[in-house]
Amino acid sequence: MIREEIVIVGAGPAGLWSAIVATKLGASVTIIDDNPIFGGQLIKQTHKFFGSKSHYCGIRGINIAKILTSDLENLPVKKFFNASVIGLYDNNLLAVLTQAKLIKLRAERIIFATGASENNIAFPNNDLPGVYGAGAVQTLMNVYGVRPGHRALMVGSGNIGLIVSYQMMQANIQVVAVLEIMPKIGGYHVHAAKLARLGVPILTCYTIKRALGIDMVEGAVIVKVNKRFKPIPGTEQRLKVDTICLAVGLSPLNELLWQAGCEMVYVPELGGQVAQHNEDMMTSRADIFVGGDLSGIEEASTAMLEGKIAGASAYESLKGVSAESKKIKEQAKVELGMIRQGPFGEKPRWGKERLAARRGWT
Amino acid sequence: MKALANRIQQHPILDFPEKKLVKFFFERKEIFGYEGEPIAAALVANGIKVFRYTEKLKRARGFFCAVGKCSSCLMMVDGKPNVMVCTEPLKSGMRVNRQFGRGKIRALK
Ligand SMILES: Cc1cc2nc3c(=O)[nH]c(=O)nc-3n(C[C@H](O)[C@H](O)[C@H](O)COP(=O)(O)OP(=O)(O)OC[C@H]3O[C@@H](n4cnc5c(N)ncnc54)[C@H](O)[C@@H]3O)c2cc1C
Repeated sequence: MIREEIVIVGAGPAGLWSAIVATKLGASVTIIDDNPIFGGQLIKQTHKFFGSKSHYCGIRGINIAKILTSDLENLPVKKFFNASVIGLYDNNLLAVLTQAKLIKLRAERIIFATGASENNIAFPNNDLPGVYGAGAVQTLMNVYGVRPGHRALMVGSGNIGLIVSYQMMQANIQVVAVLEIMPKIGGYHVHAAKLARLGVPILTCYTIKRALGIDMVEGAVIVKVNKRFKPIPGTEQRLKVDTICLAVGLSPLNELLWQAGCEMVYVPELGGQVAQHNEDMMTSRADIFVGGDLSGIEEASTAMLEGKIAGASAYESLKGVSAESKKIKEQAKVELGMIRQGPFGEKPRWGKERLAARRGWT
Repeated sequence: MKALANRIQQHPILDFPEKKLVKFFFERKEIFGYEGEPIAAALVANGIKVFRYTEKLKRARGFFCAVGKCSSCLMMVDGKPNVMVCTEPLKSGMRVNRQFGRGKIRALK
């Protein structure tokens, strides 16, 4: 069994910043991720990021991942790649499944930054091979250079749906249409405009009725919906596609938090069940901290800021408050506040406020 | 080379440097993939989409999340059932088979 002061689960933008901050402050840190490379969602984002200047806006996600991982290179952090945390037991015993064997790690403090998983929606044949999460298609194309299909339908016009559609076109996968059940396109205008220039139709007030095919997707039936999102009979259309991509939202990957016995709260604006947490990113358990999409679906810049706060808080709870840790947290909290004041920060801000209103502790 | 059929050759932003091509077996047939890439990526590159059939309804399944979270892609690898092929790295000579239901544990070599 290995002992460690702070163990971080997940090496996306949140976990990487937690590791950088906690190590620089002087804690001994181990970071674990189940991928062969660190960076979380960033390793497949070929587009230039939105967000604030201080958080690498204008830089491609893949390059942000490189910057963060090279920062980590120069620090004495223990790293586990291709390693899944599969359980959390009494006295903070973590079970870590590596390629070679099962490792037991006992942690004094744990920071969970496991991110989120993609949602599915209900329609006949939604289990056929060919129906994929948009992020899954992105992983195959942009990380492994493999095209999962040749003609695709995208369901959902939020930023993920728009961005992945554009990236499919870049990879020479024809996107036949992007469907949006709402009357308005969900994502940013810039991303929608790029698709429009390529001639990809974005159909609002449309949804998927069923996937067609026996052993794999051979087509899709789409249908227009009324104001109450009910299909309008007679508006069905058949599309010939071999791939149906779902970009219909994300849910926090929270299983380990349930196992830890953290107080969980359902907040729709944050993407579902999240661990109750305070401004220091501490959960209802004083030795467990959270950050990033796991504590509410948001964006990379806020994930980095929450990660910094979680890293500094975990350090403080072990070694006491230092001038430096205090400064890092204060600054990150101000920046978080600023991002959430913006037009796209409204939903998560509201979600975090609802969470705080329900917290019975400080 | 069949393994290149679904490989992205040209991309405006990314480069995909050639990696070491290795031989492996899918349903006893010899095919090729890059060493160390997820088995699922190698299969998809070869145009293989159906990874298993479900226990009760015998429905076809492929990958769904591609990041080791959803368990849609379980296959038999070297006689071992329930291997998550979207994250399992490909090695030369691997024997990969579609899984029927929960799969059977065969004698490991
Ligand atoms: C298509 C797309 C476009 C986006 N565009 C932007 C953008 O332009 N600007 C922006 O700010 N944001 C953008 N985002 C959002 C941003 O990528 C995420 O908000 C951010 O990556 C969340 O960071 P995270 O660290 O919380 O989680 P993640 O990046 O998801 O990282 C979590 C990591 O933890 C690992 N993990 C999970 N469970 C375990 C376990 N049990 N054991 C070991 N490891 C585990 C995961 O595999 C993953 O590597 C985009 C997202 C997508 C999908």
